[in-house]
Amino acid sequence: MYEVHKLVTDILGLFQFADISQFLLPKVGVGAEIEAKEAITMAPLIKYTLIFLAGMSTVFGFVLAFAAKKFAVKIDPRVEQVNDVLAHAHCGACGYAGCEQYAEAVVKDPNVSPSLCIPAGEKAALKVAEITGKKAEIKEKELARVMCQGGSDKSQKKYAYEGVLDCRAAVLAGGGDKSCIYGCLGYGTCESVCPFDAIKMGSDSLPIIDKDKCTACRKCEAACPKKVIEVLPASKAVLVACHSRDKGADVRKFCKVGCIACGMCVKVCPFDAPKVDKNLAKIDMDKCRVCGLCVTKCPTNAIEDFITDRPKATVLDNCIGCQICLKACPVDAITGENKKKHSVNQEKCIGCGICAIKCPVQAIDGTFNAEQIRIAKQKAKKEKEAAA
Amino acid sequence: MNEFVKLFELIISASLVNNFVFTWFLGLCIFFGVSKKMETALGMSVTFTAVMMISAAISWVVYKFIMVPLNIEFLMIIVFIGIVAGLVQGSDTIMRKVAPALYYKLGIYLALISTNCIILAVPLMNVGNKYTFIESLAFAFGSGAGFSLALIIMASIREKLELADVPKHFKGLPMAFIVTGMIALAFTGFAGLIKH
Repeated sequence: MYEVHKLVTDILGLFQFADISQFLLPKVGVGAEIEAKEAITMAPLIKYTLIFLAGMSTVFGFVLAFAAKKFAVKIDPRVEQVNDVLAHAHCGACGYAGCEQYAEAVVKDPNVSPSLCIPAGEKAALKVAEITGKKAEIKEKELARVMCQGGSDKSQKKYAYEGVLDCRAAVLAGGGDKSCIYGCLGYGTCESVCPFDAIKMGSDSLPIIDKDKCTACRKCEAACPKKVIEVLPASKAVLVACHSRDKGADVRKFCKVGCIACGMCVKVCPFDAPKVDKNLAKIDMDKCRVCGLCVTKCPTNAIEDFITDRPKATVLDNCIGCQICLKACPVDAITGENKKKHSVNQEKCIGCGICAIKCPVQAIDGTFNAEQIRIAKQKAKKEKEAAA
Repeated sequence: MNEFVKLFELIISASLVNNFVFTWFLGLCIFFGVSKKMETALGMSVTFTAVMMISAAISWVVYKFIMVPLNIEFLMIIVFIGIVAGLVQGSDTIMRKVAPALYYKLGIYLALISTNCIILAVPLMNVGNKYTFIESLAFAFGSGAGFSLALIIMASIREKLELADVPKHFKGLPMAFIVTGMIALAFTGFAGLIKH
């Protein structure tokens, strides 16, 4: 019993080897080396207090005013105006370190374009152009697209990864834990770098991009270690969502929805847009008319149609009955006799829009591209009339 | 030679043995606010050390030559805070012209230095311990160095914590507090380094 008692006191004694109280108690105030006064005369005290405080405040006031004058940064008021218009997401899409730096650059430097703030959109570009007296180039809206459909249910993993849950970290471990080395790893790096909250990781570990929030600032494109995200014009809505350069047989082993480079899309396309190169099909953006035929014919569903809801075609009254659309329709959805108004079978129609493209009098309406084609034809007509 | 030893001891004491963040637990709001990213932490630590040294010097001079002869030492808290606020405003204006990139990065944190407890604690301790001018400067430098050390350690840990598998309700500030406590425990290893 005595030994235990001695042991306990010894241990407690160890904590006293450094008298920490002398370090912890601050030595300020009366009683800690500031002597108390025996008598205080009030009147001079108040006098000195007031004079001293007033004096100190005056001195500081002068010093600060002087500093403000001497170190004044001459800000062009236009910089403030431009700054108000910008999006302030600090995403770096303009290429400058911060929003304020871009505002300064666009006002001072005549070569800097006023439409560089992509998140702020067209309206801001026009306003900035107005403020700085430059011309705004309206850029076509772009979107980030994920070029991989191999989610956790469709693809396999090489090994069990236990580490930092970030794609940039996972890629250091032998190229990532996915069997397909070209695919999305799914740990959400893109979600964490997006400044606009436009990316959310889905339940199958693939990123889902909200096309209303995405401003094509390209932060996700730069952050993705597998370069699976590509920023492309928003109108290009049919894409081969796969980057795999493995041979078809290997692709089938790793992923159910990978591109096996079978060439089906090349055969089917009425506009000759897809090409197969190094075991991967790629759609030529200039030739593609976004009809979506290749999507239906691809055997592995590797091609993704980003237009989720294709409206069907209807024939307008100015149809001349030339039967061109009838012959062009890939699913034989149009019926009609020569010189009589044709009609579209709404059940068979897949909304590809080829009939709208081929119709010589723009008698097809309702498809996703009908409006565009009509506007383009009207513009071309106006230009021809103006030239004549 | 003894003088230099005392100064060296003061610096080691203020930065390691009695680190203001990990031993005194002062200046925590700025500590947690700025230590999220390494670049803000570095900017803040340099600014803080500079402001600290200048304000300690001016406070010491004002105290010794104006307040003591006039018997108005009881105003020292107000006066020291006033000096710090003026200095911070001045450095804000100067930095805007001289280093605009750093100014935009630090943003609101520069103004927050004046609410940092350490910036008031150091002049008060200089008064209480009756340090000479050089000693107060050394103490202020030590406190700045200790604060910088604390910020840099915390920033490097917190950047890694962002990616770690922290339980949902501990993410962010709660985890930072726990980590600070652990580092404070580690810093008690310095206790008794300086014999008085």
